[in-house]
Amino acid sequence: MAIAVRNLTKYYDTEKAVNDISFDVKTGEILGFLGPNGAGKTTTMKIITCYMPPTSGAVEVEGFDIAEHSFEVRKKIGYLPEMNPLYLDMNVLEYLEYSARLHGLKDALLRSRLKEMVDVCGIAAVRHKDIGELSKGFRQRVGLAQAMIHDPEVLILDEPTSGLDPNQIVEIRNLIRQLGRAKTVVLSTHILTEVQATCDRVIIINDGKIAADGTLEQLQQDFRGSEKISLELKIPSGKITNAMTDIYPKFKEMSTVESVEYGGQEGDLHKFSLHTMKGSDIREEIFRRTVSEGWILMEMTRKATSLEEVFHKLTTTE
Amino acid sequence: MNKENFMKVFPNFSNTSTIFRKELRSYFNSAVAYVVIVVFLAIIGWMYTSSMFLINVASLRLMFEWIPLVFLFVVPAITMRLLAEEKKAGTIELLATKPIHDWEIVIGKFCAAWALIALALLPTLIYYVIIVFLGDIDNGPVVGGYIGLLLMAGVYIAVGLLASSLTENQIVAFIIGLLFMFALFLIDKILIFIPDFMTSVVEYLGIDFHFSNIARGVIDTRDIVYFLSVLGFSLYLSVVSLERRKW
Repeated sequence: MAIAVRNLTKYYDTEKAVNDISFDVKTGEILGFLGPNGAGKTTTMKIITCYMPPTSGAVEVEGFDIAEHSFEVRKKIGYLPEMNPLYLDMNVLEYLEYSARLHGLKDALLRSRLKEMVDVCGIAAVRHKDIGELSKGFRQRVGLAQAMIHDPEVLILDEPTSGLDPNQIVEIRNLIRQLGRAKTVVLSTHILTEVQATCDRVIIINDGKIAADGTLEQLQQDFRGSEKISLELKIPSGKITNAMTDIYPKFKEMSTVESVEYGGQEGDLHKFSLHTMKGSDIREEIFRRTVSEGWILMEMTRKATSLEEVFHKLTTTE
Repeated sequence: MNKENFMKVFPNFSNTSTIFRKELRSYFNSAVAYVVIVVFLAIIGWMYTSSMFLINVASLRLMFEWIPLVFLFVVPAITMRLLAEEKKAGTIELLATKPIHDWEIVIGKFCAAWALIALALLPTLIYYVIIVFLGDIDNGPVVGGYIGLLLMAGVYIAVGLLASSLTENQIVAFIIGLLFMFALFLIDKILIFIPDFMTSVVEYLGIDFHFSNIARGVIDTRDIVYFLSVLGFSLYLSVVSLERRKW
């Protein structure tokens, strides 16, 4: 196991940023950490990289505990912090050499790693330029080169493509995919397509908690498969007193219905959306139920839930 | 004892020296180093030489009286960015997640600023050479004066670095640093307002009191202890302040 996170909790003063999360990252996996801004992604990464300690809980990286063997953990991690901070007044090679030396590299090994990183990250053309003169795409490459200069087992990348233009995003994603073949990668993002493009597995985090965890195929099956049926019912007033208490349970008790949303009322018309398990077509059952209850079915549409909707559902607190 | 073991017995300063070299280079990459050196020389040169011939005594005493005043403004200018800039830009996160200790960061940066001040003092030796030609000079106060200046600069840099660790705004770091240094510089100037029994304590706290002792050419352990303890304590507080993120 490359990374094992156990019951991690972090308070900033009294504010709970990360709330009792646990997960594992397998060696060689590319894990996407998906969630809206402020969900706790960055905090979790700062703890894994030993920038700050957790309030409670434990993290192990390659078998080393972050509290007890902090230096071993740091040697095994390459880290690209949020916003990709860089020393703008240094030139690219100077900066990479500085990072390498702080990781204890020297002499022949230092030189060969520098050369390799310059080649792999495609920054040969700008290696003598000041970082401040580089475009955002090149800066991101320098940030990645810095993170990998000591050939770490684990890469932690916090929003590696934020602020880039679409072409640069594709380039950086390809680079991460290419690097990810030999390494364990954890990358955070708030963009869903990013995960689809680069990751093997996704953890959706919201409000400091894990909302979903699985491989991309699993999530797609689970969520793509989920279907939404929108209903509009005409119910003469007097037949029911309260839409929520009278109608809601009748749908909820159907076998494949996972959740029911009430969409409001216009005169006699009541709107509902039912989320059902994948592959179950319950339109017929709904029709029979409405007839037996004496309601009039005005409209019924069925739609597969998109990943975006799932993400939205998982990450908005009602 | 082979080389490996030898390295283990003695503390390893390779990280500190990496940071030291990076910081010193960045002083020279930006114009900071040149501005400091030129401003330093210009002010000292003008203030000193304009009065040297009037007094007509072969000594560097006047120069040693002026330089501490110049330090008050130059030192906070070179220490203000040391940690504040890293915090502002977020690069402190890169540095603090490397396999290095926080104290190595602080010591490396401290030494770089100290080296810059030493480099700025170097050209003032010209005045010494001039005076040697002009008359008989007592070398004791000159040696003492330079040692005192270096120690004083060390203390100022340490409190300036502490100021820089407290904020991510360089201007604020400059002002806090200046206040710290002024406090150390002025505290023994208020002796007349202090009850008699406390005067020796307050006097001991003043940096100028110890500096003038050493600048007379008398190197006393009490003065050295003062400089080193204020310096060490400030650096310690800087490390603590850097570790505040962990609280």
